Amino acid sequence: MNHAQMQSAQALAHLETVLKAENLTKQVNSPEGLLTIVRDVSFEIAAGEPVAIVGASGAGKSTLLALLAGLDTPTSGKVWLAGTDLTALDEDGRARLRAQRVGFVFQSFHLVPALTALENVMLPLELAARPDARRAAREALERVGLRDRTSHYPRQLSGGEQQRVALARAFVTQPAVLFADEPTGNLDTVTGTRIGELLFELNSTSRTTLVLVTHDSTLAAKCARILRMEAGALRE
Amino acid sequence: MMRALAFALRTLGREWRSGELGVLLLALTVAVAALTGVGFLVGRVATAVDLQAAEVLAADLRLGSPEPIDTKYEEEAARRDIRTARSTALLSVVFNGEQSQLTNLRAVGPGYPLRGKVLIADEPFAQGTPATGIPGTGEVWPDSRLLAALDARIGSQLTIGAATLRVSRVLISRPDQGGTFSELAPSLLMNIADIPATQLVQPGSRVSYRVLFAGDRGAIDLFKNWLLANKKRSERLLDITQESPQIKNAVERAGRFLSLASLVSVLLCAIAVAMSARRYVQRHLDSVALLKTLGATRGFTLSVSILQLMMVAVVATIAGSLLGFVAQEWLARTIRGLLNSNLPPADFKPLLIGFITAVAVLAGFALPPLLQLARVPAIRVLRRDIGPPPAFVLLAFGPAVLAVCFLIYWVVRDTWLFAWFTIGLVGFLALLSLAGAVLVALAGRLRGSVGVAWRYGVANLSRRRAESLIQIVAFGTGIMVLLLLGLVRNDLARDWRISLPEDLPNYFFINIPADQRDAFIKDIEQRGATPTRVLPMIRGRMTAINGRPIEDLRFNRQEGEDNATREQNLSWAAELGPDNRIVEGKWWGPEDYGKPLVSLATEFQESLHVKLGDTLTFDIAGETFTVTIASFRKVKWDSFQPNFFMVFAPGILERVTGTYLTSVHFDGSQARTLASLARKYPSVSIFDIEDLLERVRSVFDKAVLAVQSVFFFTLFAGLTVMMAAVQASRDERRYESAMLRTLGASRATVLQGVLAEFTTLGLLSGLLAALGASIGGYFVATRVLEMSYGFDERVWLTGTLGGALLVAFSGWLATRSVINHPPVTTLRAG
Repeated sequence: MNHAQMQSAQALAHLETVLKAENLTKQVNSPEGLLTIVRDVSFEIAAGEPVAIVGASGAGKSTLLALLAGLDTPTSGKVWLAGTDLTALDEDGRARLRAQRVGFVFQSFHLVPALTALENVMLPLELAARPDARRAAREALERVGLRDRTSHYPRQLSGGEQQRVALARAFVTQPAVLFADEPTGNLDTVTGTRIGELLFELNSTSRTTLVLVTHDSTLAAKCARILRMEAGALRE
Repeated sequence: MMRALAFALRTLGREWRSGELGVLLLALTVAVAALTGVGFLVGRVATAVDLQAAEVLAADLRLGSPEPIDTKYEEEAARRDIRTARSTALLSVVFNGEQSQLTNLRAVGPGYPLRGKVLIADEPFAQGTPATGIPGTGEVWPDSRLLAALDARIGSQLTIGAATLRVSRVLISRPDQGGTFSELAPSLLMNIADIPATQLVQPGSRVSYRVLFAGDRGAIDLFKNWLLANKKRSERLLDITQESPQIKNAVERAGRFLSLASLVSVLLCAIAVAMSARRYVQRHLDSVALLKTLGATRGFTLSVSILQLMMVAVVATIAGSLLGFVAQEWLARTIRGLLNSNLPPADFKPLLIGFITAVAVLAGFALPPLLQLARVPAIRVLRRDIGPPPAFVLLAFGPAVLAVCFLIYWVVRDTWLFAWFTIGLVGFLALLSLAGAVLVALAGRLRGSVGVAWRYGVANLSRRRAESLIQIVAFGTGIMVLLLLGLVRNDLARDWRISLPEDLPNYFFINIPADQRDAFIKDIEQRGATPTRVLPMIRGRMTAINGRPIEDLRFNRQEGEDNATREQNLSWAAELGPDNRIVEGKWWGPEDYGKPLVSLATEFQESLHVKLGDTLTFDIAGETFTVTIASFRKVKWDSFQPNFFMVFAPGILERVTGTYLTSVHFDGSQARTLASLARKYPSVSIFDIEDLLERVRSVFDKAVLAVQSVFFFTLFAGLTVMMAAVQASRDERRYESAMLRTLGASRATVLQGVLAEFTTLGLLSGLLAALGASIGGYFVATRVLEMSYGFDERVWLTGTLGGALLVAFSGWLATRSVINHPPVTTLRAG
């Protein structure tokens, strides 16, 4: 392999690796002293690969997710998201990157109470100044089966319906990576299963890389790879 | 920026539809309505009181000169739509056959008087009716005293200089006859066109020329500045503040009260905005964190929040101003009957004031939380306990303090008053916070001994320590300013009422010769009246200050020169009158009698630029007296008791032959017998101040009514603002109420809990407010409005009970919807 071929192979490798963590550590000050929540975590996730992060409560899953998505900054170590070094960006830079490449689904849905279902889905598109926001949002709501609920406010929707709106909002921008934090944690078993199925269905059709934090072993089992967190450290 | 604007507009519309903006908009609208409503009313009332006061001058402005006045002033006035009239005053002897009397001649031109009315009658000392014009050429209107002195009647021919003029009516009063005793001679009103025929105006004769001006307040203010810049040095400009100290005092105090009312509405506005902005920020913490997660930058979220708030401010200003205008118009119409006249129309300055205030208050109180809001970390979407990092104290409170200081200064426009208000307010806020913290801690201990509902409510108070403190401060301040306004209003109205009782002396007798004093008093008593104290009065001239002759001194203000050079009325007294207050130095005791000491009114202190220990030299009947200034007195001129600018210590002036002065109350029928008294004591000057009293009463009545109506309007506005502020705190209770009901608490229990919490809050705030209002009332009454302070224990009852009821009722209003909804709705909305 000559030099040029090597370079192109490296570039391809970068493209294929959509998310990479390198020696990630997060420490915080607590009344008991310095607390290490995430300890020296390194891994890579390839484009399109659904990965589950599991572990007991307090193992550091959500903190890891926050670091990977650029919602928080590590004490040391680096994160590359879609080829960009997150740790080299400031808060606004990370926000811009999220706007272009990242989607989110949360345990507590996080819909804006003052906005209707449609308006909630339009929100990320409007932030990105997309001209066809309304049409795209309507289609996304149709995909999650909420065509008749577009003008409902979150308080008028059931938990399952709220999470569907959140899914529509997450996928509507066709993100490179979708971070899901306990997406079924607030739902009953039946609804949770349906939402889980919907999540994977949308993920496969939109070729998004799914990073899923969950307690739900059934849901985790649907992923190609499972990363297990224990006391802040990673065990694959 | 355009993207932020478009986004802000879109989300604002959505928030409006969802009802999210309602509370903030309501609070701001009500606050602006209160502010502009009070502003409109204060403006109109102040104009009405000014107009009433201007009658004493027969004009808004008067330009006087010993030489004929150029017509250029009248031409300039005409260009500015200001009305003018001329008048000429001179002293001359008037003859009726053999009888003669030195008379103050007033020759007036068409249009006179520009303010107020000339009252005339067909016989002396009778009830007057308003004249429709001025005396015709060849006619004169002598006053009752002159007719009595000349033994003349209607139809008599009086000789004035070279002219003979016919008496057509009796002059009962003219608006500008003055409340001071500068014009001792009787007066006569004639037509200015007859002056040349009298040939009285010769080189060297003492003539005073005057031009009167009246017009819109704004135009007059501008014209006054123009006149000051363009008039000759020898020409003297007079407005109401110089002419009648009594009315000036009343108008000033009414003005200060109205300023206080405006200030109260500004503070209420600030409270409402502060509370609503807090709520706005609390409710948007999650949304902003989410927006950031979805890719919004800090600048973008900040721009959106600021733009949205500005839009809210504009909408609230428009809606609030309209509401304020309608409310005050309704009030003005309601009190029209009581005022006996229409209030002058509102000018539109309050609209601008309302907008500037809304923006200033928003910038001061809402900007810091908004800046905080923009600093919410995105990670809050995962961990709700993470809020924005704590703000710098300076940034959090600095803008609010600046905004309030700016507004206070803007309203009161008086450095001294501003300093007192600011210091008082800061002290009160500190006291509220401290006492609030202690009381909240006590409430925490108390909860063990009460029932479940109260325990829940009171527990909330101490658990939400910071929230409770903020609410105590907000409610406490709101209730305090309202109580303060109420207290001061009562004091002011009472003070005016007692300063003008029905039997106030309405006739002053001056120049009573010492040897006729006892006989004169006896004659008065025979007519069924009782003279008040009989005071000595000696006339003299000031010749030097600190040994320097008056002629060599230059005064900064014309007033100083006037006061130094005029003929002084001097008196002596052992006791300080109750309407006098020593502001510097000390009043003399028996050990000082016979020492060369003098006490000056503060008006002289300011205009002559003198201080304690300075010496004044007087020429009194050819004898020289040098006295040292021992004290300065603040004289309450609107007490209508005889008062002197300069009072000597007893034991100095007694040996100088002086005259006496006294004042008497005569009712209408007794007054008719005054003609014989005037004939019997020709040297005694009789002053009828009944008309002046009537005019001052009328000013007072209007001022009292204005003060009362502005108070009630402010009170109503204040209550509404506070209710809106309570709305802001309902979210915090929402979730807990739902939780409690889910756990099996009945609606009644939850409601009792909420009521317990709000009632306790109201009680604590009301108690502290009553304390603040009592102390503040004392300062405002004695220092700002210069009157005695009547301690009113009812303020404690009103404060605590009223506070508890008000806050509990508002709390009930705010949370009843939450309690009446199924808990699942609330819990689901999270």
